[in-house]
Amino acid sequence: MALFFGVIAGLLGGLARVSPPAPLRAMAAAYVSVIRGTPFIVQLFFVYYAFPQLGVQVPPMVAAVGCLAVYSGAYQTEIVRGAIESIERGQVEAARSLGLTAAQAMRYVVLPQAFLRMLPPLGNEFVALTKNSALVSLVTVQELLLSAQLIISATFQNFAIYLTIGIMYYIMTTVVSTGTQLLERRLKVYV
Amino acid sequence: MERSVSAVQPMLQARGLSKRFGEHEVLKGIDLSIARGEVVAIIGPSGSGKSTLLRCLNLLERPDAGEIWFEGACITDPQVDVNRVRMRMGMVFQLFNLFPHLTVLHNVTLAQERVLRTPRAQAQERARELLSKVGLAAKEQAYPNSLSGGQKQRVAIARALAMKPAVMLFDEPTSALDPEMVQEVLTAMGELVDEGMTMAVVTHEMGFARRAADRVVFVDEGRIVAEAPPERFFSDANSDRVRQFLAKIPG
Ligand SMILES: Nc1ncnc2c1ncn2[C@@H]1O[C@H](COP(=O)(O)OP(=O)(O)O)[C@@H](O)[C@H]1O
Ligand SMILES: [Mg+2]
Repeated sequence: MALFFGVIAGLLGGLARVSPPAPLRAMAAAYVSVIRGTPFIVQLFFVYYAFPQLGVQVPPMVAAVGCLAVYSGAYQTEIVRGAIESIERGQVEAARSLGLTAAQAMRYVVLPQAFLRMLPPLGNEFVALTKNSALVSLVTVQELLLSAQLIISATFQNFAIYLTIGIMYYIMTTVVSTGTQLLERRLKVYV
Repeated sequence: MERSVSAVQPMLQARGLSKRFGEHEVLKGIDLSIARGEVVAIIGPSGSGKSTLLRCLNLLERPDAGEIWFEGACITDPQVDVNRVRMRMGMVFQLFNLFPHLTVLHNVTLAQERVLRTPRAQAQERARELLSKVGLAAKEQAYPNSLSGGQKQRVAIARALAMKPAVMLFDEPTSALDPEMVQEVLTAMGELVDEGMTMAVVTHEMGFARRAADRVVFVDEGRIVAEAPPERFFSDANSDRVRQFLAKIPG
């Protein structure tokens, strides 16, 4: 189920990443950036323990599936975007020169080809997703075992602590990924 | 070979067309008029802006200044639906740009079905007609990657013709081909010329330009620097720049 929703999130995210409206592109980029920049376990704890403190009660099953889908969706967004951008420009140009709209060119020419190129990396992503689902069940079990009291006594700090950890991780990974992106751009010039 | 070239109203006309990519001004005020049924060969050194000119004509590139008129309407007007314009102009690319995930037949029916809303059976019928016209009836179920370059380009021509375009734009259609395949593509193009198709052909095939074109246009550094019927163009009446260029091209 997380797999299914993850694919949907990935497809929507990937299309948004290459879509004409800038706000949509920016939103998708922010989504990918935040989710990839924080450890899954932190996201999971955030939803499990911090959401209730904000007054949002999330059933464990929904939280688990939701977290997995959102997390995996971010990676799949990048896979989808990469595959779409790997299709030669001439394909879209040929389609447009025949009078197809941008959306039709995407639907009938680019996506079918991009889909083939997505498959191998998506396969890897599904493996990773499966592994993460183990983590989810661990937390769920743990939650079941913990008494309500324990949670209540702990949650006061949980929110702040997990948020702080998350933000720190995010800053670190953002620095690293920005660095590699710059490097990538440098290298591409010489290809 | 008798062709009627209407001088009354041009089919396709560029007026003061300019295009720049960043600092680089690629087209510097192009005026070009193509009459109904006319075949114009566009030649010039690599990087002179020939492809950009063709791509501006069907609005794959937006010109920065100037106007394009097509079938009596100004198509650079922002109100104009570019898709409706493009379906009336066929384009053939140097690297074919066939859709590799579709069969040859489907390459030729896709736009008919999606743009013209032609029912499938009818689209296929027209596709088969065009494929046999370019000598590829037997290949309709093949995928593009199994074809030779010459075959691919002939499919690309059929794909463009399927839309019943008023004008065909060719961007160096034989430049990526092995020499032995050039002729089959030129033959298919020659047939179009004989049928009275209006054509703009960027090419280095001087034989084709001489034989088939009504006019040869020489582009250099984003400007049209010479323009004449082939018999005059290839004779002596030209600038040093054009002669220099022609001297480097075999044939
Ligand atoms: N999309 C683009 N972005 C930047 N520069 C471009 C682009 N397309 C073409 N150019 C530049 O414009 C010039 C003319 O290119 P082109 O029209 O392809 O010439 P030709 O077809 O005569 O060889 C070249 O210097 C090329 O590098
Ligand atoms: Mg070119």
